[in-house]
Amino acid sequence: MNSKTKKKKGHILRVLKRDMSLWMFCIPGIVLTFIFSYVPMYGIQLAFRRYNGRAGIWGSPWVGLYYFKRFFESPYFDSTIRNTLILSLYGLIVSFPIPIILALMLNSFRHKRYRKVVQTVTYAPNFISTVVMCGMIILFLSPSVGVINNIMHFLGLDPLNFMAKKEYWRHIYVWTGVWQSTGWSSVIYFAALSGISPELHEAGRCDGATKLQLIRHIDLPSILPTATILLIMSCGSILSVGFEKAYLLQNNLNLTVSEIISTYVYKVGLINNDISYSTAIGLFNTLINLVMLIAVNKAADKLSGNSLW
Amino acid sequence: MKKEKSIQSFRKKKTKRCKEDVVFDTVTFLVLTAILIIVAYPLYWVVISSISKPSAVSSGDVLWKPIGFTLKGYVEVFKNSAVMRGFLNSVIYTVCGVAVNLAVTLPTAYALSRSVFGGKKPITIFYMITMFFGGGLIPTYLVVKNLHMLNSMWALILPGCLSVYNMIVARTFFKSNISEELYEAAEIDGCSQGKFFFKIALPLSKAIIAILVLYYGVGHWNAYFSALVYISDKDHYPLQLVLRNILITNETALSQTATTKAAREALREKQQLIDVMKYSLIIISSIPVLVMYPFIQKHFVKGVMIGSVKG
Repeated sequence: MNSKTKKKKGHILRVLKRDMSLWMFCIPGIVLTFIFSYVPMYGIQLAFRRYNGRAGIWGSPWVGLYYFKRFFESPYFDSTIRNTLILSLYGLIVSFPIPIILALMLNSFRHKRYRKVVQTVTYAPNFISTVVMCGMIILFLSPSVGVINNIMHFLGLDPLNFMAKKEYWRHIYVWTGVWQSTGWSSVIYFAALSGISPELHEAGRCDGATKLQLIRHIDLPSILPTATILLIMSCGSILSVGFEKAYLLQNNLNLTVSEIISTYVYKVGLINNDISYSTAIGLFNTLINLVMLIAVNKAADKLSGNSLW
Repeated sequence: MKKEKSIQSFRKKKTKRCKEDVVFDTVTFLVLTAILIIVAYPLYWVVISSISKPSAVSSGDVLWKPIGFTLKGYVEVFKNSAVMRGFLNSVIYTVCGVAVNLAVTLPTAYALSRSVFGGKKPITIFYMITMFFGGGLIPTYLVVKNLHMLNSMWALILPGCLSVYNMIVARTFFKSNISEELYEAAEIDGCSQGKFFFKIALPLSKAIIAILVLYYGVGHWNAYFSALVYISDKDHYPLQLVLRNILITNETALSQTATTKAAREALREKQQLIDVMKYSLIIISSIPVLVMYPFIQKHFVKGVMIGSVKG
């Protein structure tokens, strides 16, 4: 018995010695990730304390669920959650199928040169930064110098101040997103489609299938797993609509529809300095996302056998 | 000969398109062309506006080609010291940021790609957790603040220096391209893991290094959120933050009101010039990415392909 444990211990030591250099490789990443991802998790307790800058995290008194209650009772609870949900569901419904359609069309399009041109051009907007993108949106939609209003004027329509009209805001947000990301999002589907063995298509052709039938019975089923995984991932972030674009497109006139959780967290925490309240809202957001991800993953696993883990 | 002919005629028959396919091909062509125009036109329009006469741009005459060629907008951009400083800052942040990203990501990805490595599972879980759960904005901000990194470049570089997605892409690459037998052979010749990594694995991995440089580089160049949170000193603003002040919050907008007709005219001209400057600014800020675009595109696509192999 004794010798056995000794032997085991020796084995562990030997393995450790063998892996030593590989462990060393991992240390920089582990240390930095620990500091900037795990230490902040420890700081989440601020959501349950009343933060006092001088006393620090440790000295601040516990207040339990006070800040969560405050958020649930505040008028912003309803509006920010509703805005975030609508924006992300609208975005998901529009921007999930379009890249798939584009990839299917590109894949069945036989003229290689033209296909390449379409791909190169549609990928390009993906590399435009959010700031430049929003700058372009604002310039294009400007009531005085914008190209959209110039075109509308040309067609005999009255000029419109799009950014000041809150009923347009969501459409602008979602459809400019489609403009920017459709091409790039189609890459992953296109990659999956080009992995289909050409023999399948040839066999289908021999049996007299039309192109539409080939897409329906060969292409679509073969990208289904990829699509499911991507759908699960986006459902997991349904309450984490990106801060960047929404914040840049906000103005006082559209704030009732454009204030989403992430922009609210930023304003409460870093502009109003309400540290604990902001942490509580952020934590609430993260938890909802986590629950959504697990639920959708489970559902997808049951329905189609595809899941993240 | 006869056989060949029959194959040819068979091919011909096979590729003969039925009526439905002709309709399908036409519709596809039209839709793709429409998409092409919708995506390309705004980009094209920004380019022609940036080199047109300011008054023609604001009156809406510039639609298909530049009118009254001028580079006034670009001159205006180069005269703006905030933009130039921002550009320089962004170059520095991007270069240093990418260097740190690579120094952290590549070794981790390599270690995790070795099947003998005992730490593979715990370390993977360690990183996976950060993908789905995090401290959130304020706790992270407090950590950065307590490390006295506010207003320094490290606040933009160190948090998020390892993107789990990129690491998985690199790991998949190492796994399929740097075989373990290769290491075993080198080990017999007295090569250590470290030496093997630097002398053999990295030189064989130029493709993945290029992909990571581009992924991380474009990320740093386009990022503005972390700078918005951590950088308050204007001298340290990256380009994107300067752009935001000019393009979105309109810091350059003229606030004075003119009384005489001549003054009003001058003011309007100035406002038009500022508007054209914005288009030039969009072009200049995108130049580093634009120049590399053909190169970038190929590698980015390759990265997606590697990443899409679930592993």
